[in-house]
Amino acid sequence: MPHVVPVGYRHRVPKPASLIEAHRLVKRFGDFVAVDGVDLQVQPGEFFGFLGANGAGKSSTMRMIGCVSPPSEGVLRVFGLDPIKDGPVIRSRLGVCPQQDSLDEELTVLENLVVYARYFGIPRRVARQRAEELLEFVQLSERITSKVEPLSGGMKRRLTIARALINEPEILMLDEPTTGLDPQARHLVWERLFQLKQRGVTQVLTTHYMDEAEQLCDRLVVMDHGKIIAEGSPRRLIEQYSTKEVVELRFGNLPPETVARRINGRISEHCERHEILPDRILLYTADGDAAAEAASREHPAPSSVLVRRSTLEDVFLHLTGRTLVD
Amino acid sequence: MVTAVLATRLGRLASTPAGRIWAVCLRDVTAAHSVGYTFLLVVGFLEPVLYLLSMGFGVGGMVGEVVLADGARVSYASFVAPAMLAASAMNGPFFEGSIGFFSKMRYRKLFDATISTPVTPFEVAAGELLWSLGQGAMYSLAFCTVMVALGLATLGQVLAVLPAALLIGFAFGGLGLLLATFINSWKDFDYLGAIIFSMFLFSGTFTPVEAYPGPAQIIVWLTPLYHGIELTRGLILDALSLSMLADAAYLVVVGLLGLWLASRRIARTLCR
Amino acid sequence: MIHPAMAALEYHLVCYRRSWRGTIFTFFVVPVVFLLGMGWSIGGYLDGDAAGQGGLGVSYLTFLAPGLLASTAMQVGVGEGTHPVYGAFHWTRTYHMMRMSPLTTTDILVGHLGYILVRVTISATGFLLVMALLGIVDGAAGLAALPAAVLVGCSMSAFVFAFSATITEPVLLDVVYRILVVPMSLFAGVFFPVAQMPAGARLAAGLLPLWHGVELCRSATMGIPSQLGAPVHAGYLLLWTVVGFLVARWAFGRRLAG
Repeated sequence: MPHVVPVGYRHRVPKPASLIEAHRLVKRFGDFVAVDGVDLQVQPGEFFGFLGANGAGKSSTMRMIGCVSPPSEGVLRVFGLDPIKDGPVIRSRLGVCPQQDSLDEELTVLENLVVYARYFGIPRRVARQRAEELLEFVQLSERITSKVEPLSGGMKRRLTIARALINEPEILMLDEPTTGLDPQARHLVWERLFQLKQRGVTQVLTTHYMDEAEQLCDRLVVMDHGKIIAEGSPRRLIEQYSTKEVVELRFGNLPPETVARRINGRISEHCERHEILPDRILLYTADGDAAAEAASREHPAPSSVLVRRSTLEDVFLHLTGRTLVD
Repeated sequence: MVTAVLATRLGRLASTPAGRIWAVCLRDVTAAHSVGYTFLLVVGFLEPVLYLLSMGFGVGGMVGEVVLADGARVSYASFVAPAMLAASAMNGPFFEGSIGFFSKMRYRKLFDATISTPVTPFEVAAGELLWSLGQGAMYSLAFCTVMVALGLATLGQVLAVLPAALLIGFAFGGLGLLLATFINSWKDFDYLGAIIFSMFLFSGTFTPVEAYPGPAQIIVWLTPLYHGIELTRGLILDALSLSMLADAAYLVVVGLLGLWLASRRIARTLCR
Repeated sequence: MIHPAMAALEYHLVCYRRSWRGTIFTFFVVPVVFLLGMGWSIGGYLDGDAAGQGGLGVSYLTFLAPGLLASTAMQVGVGEGTHPVYGAFHWTRTYHMMRMSPLTTTDILVGHLGYILVRVTISATGFLLVMALLGIVDGAAGLAALPAAVLVGCSMSAFVFAFSATITEPVLLDVVYRILVVPMSLFAGVFFPVAQMPAGARLAAGLLPLWHGVELCRSATMGIPSQLGAPVHAGYLLLWTVVGFLVARWAFGRRLAG
């Protein structure tokens, strides 16, 4: 069933300059440096992503861009305006979908949107019409008079996205929009975000899901400990920081450590780089099939062999390491 | 034609600070349609009336008449009623401003979303104050109606006292907001309730302030409720004096200070 | 091994260890300040009156204190039976947690009501102590006011438990407090003798458990006979307690089964 982007959602003529510009941006909470000298530009129409583990500084950067958190240092311009001086003006042109659904549980689905619209000075009649169109867009029309509390996680998320669109924003800010959703709900959200992108809405997304970043983002930055450690399109990042393919070898109950010691030295002949994990050995290589074949001839032979394309996950783990961050 | 012009005017007003303050208040109006809430509102009308009946007529039946500072004698019910009005005008806005606001800001994190819109922390505070004031106005109006019905005030006196009641609501609404920003858990409201209740007992509510010992008079003099009661009692017992202007000014200052400091603290909490 | 209901009681006592400071304000400081404030201000009018202290025959403080003792006991009983009980069903889900252990519904209810008993006893003892220090307790017989106050607290609490277990809108908790507690404390003879009121209202006040509690407490601390005799007052309160308990057990069972 095709779904139309709401009529009220007018396509805006993109302005030539960067919509978001940050230079040496810093955010400190007491002694803790959450964002540590970030430089970035987001162009009109772009789908831009922040990739990083929990606590990498993604949300803090998003909150600064959303003009609800003053930068500690550095320069930040949104629509060419200063968030400190022109907060309300900037915010009137942004749509924000925060990490935690901050929906109003005392209001119905429709009321949530209409009340929110009033904060933007949108007249009641227009607000109601837009709300109905947006609820159609996020497939919540049947729940229009329902309270928020009984909605499922996916429904709440879609409602939050609809709410972020009520002012027809020029930039849509999405902080981990699919965290905690089931696969169906995630795909529905992705579809809608893609449709918005087709309409020319600039979107800024944070995520720790690599597949999400790979699917949606034109360009992304990888953040770690408040710093940007890599930047580029998903494809370029994979090319730059990983190999084309990855082979995953498993050895039944035999610990990979033991295997590695037995075939000592020969692993690196099969690949450019390898990694020994508690449950498997990963071979990073341009030609996965050849490496798999070579590995199968070894003794002990692997109990299972999987050849797959390199993903952003490989890039990410390579860049930030496998240690838990929190 | 006229409506079109009006609509554009209103439309333009909607995206001003005033429009946004109104929008914040409107959210509370929208949320207030639950059955339980309506019920609570009715009870809120009744409660001060019950106090009035019990204290004014029950206890008043034993007390008889009270001699005022100017020598006039009034029934105890007439003496207590204006103080009860002041207390009722205080309670609604104060507890809506403190408990209500605390639950919205800290517990339900409602304003985290609000400040992502053009609404500023000051507008959040002002909108919430407006809402508590509206509630206070309803309680005061109901109480005044009962006073007229029981013959404790005339229509003219009531019309004069209503703005004073609003002023009391403004002062305590602002104070409530400010205190709410200092509160960390529900348990703290026990202390807040205790303080407000003590103030209610000792602000010249049940006895003229002249009866208090000297040092106590000074403490009483500092409480905003005392000045509120001075206003309501003066207006209803027709004992007007110039000092009432000072009482009114004191309430305005308390309200403004509360609102201003609260909005600064709200900004600190929400815009980290 | 301890009785399961004791285990439930222990849970509430452990929680109380962390929250008792706030309750001191609500259930001790406020009532005492109320007593002193009203005793002083209303007493200021009445006690100097040669015509016999507004018809009371004693100082207003002496008259008011036992009434406030009973009314405080009721407030503890109702206060602890509203939000904490509703919360244990809907917010913390403590009861559901207990239900997953070998505890029965009755154990859970008895344990929590036992806790109310402890709380009312603590509050009433504190208040009675203040009264003794003020010299307004008529000898050792005044100690009888303690069980009387506890009985008032329990008689109301059990019914409120049932109510909290039944409703689904928390705002109704405030409604019960203000519809039940406030009018009762204002018109059940705490601040002025019910004889001040018209006959119909006097009769209605006679049905309120608080009035019976006030009568019992007053007769104990003032050393005067109560209006209907102690057995009648105590029996009436006991009846409320037992019926309230049965209703609460039914309501708890229904809520925990659903």
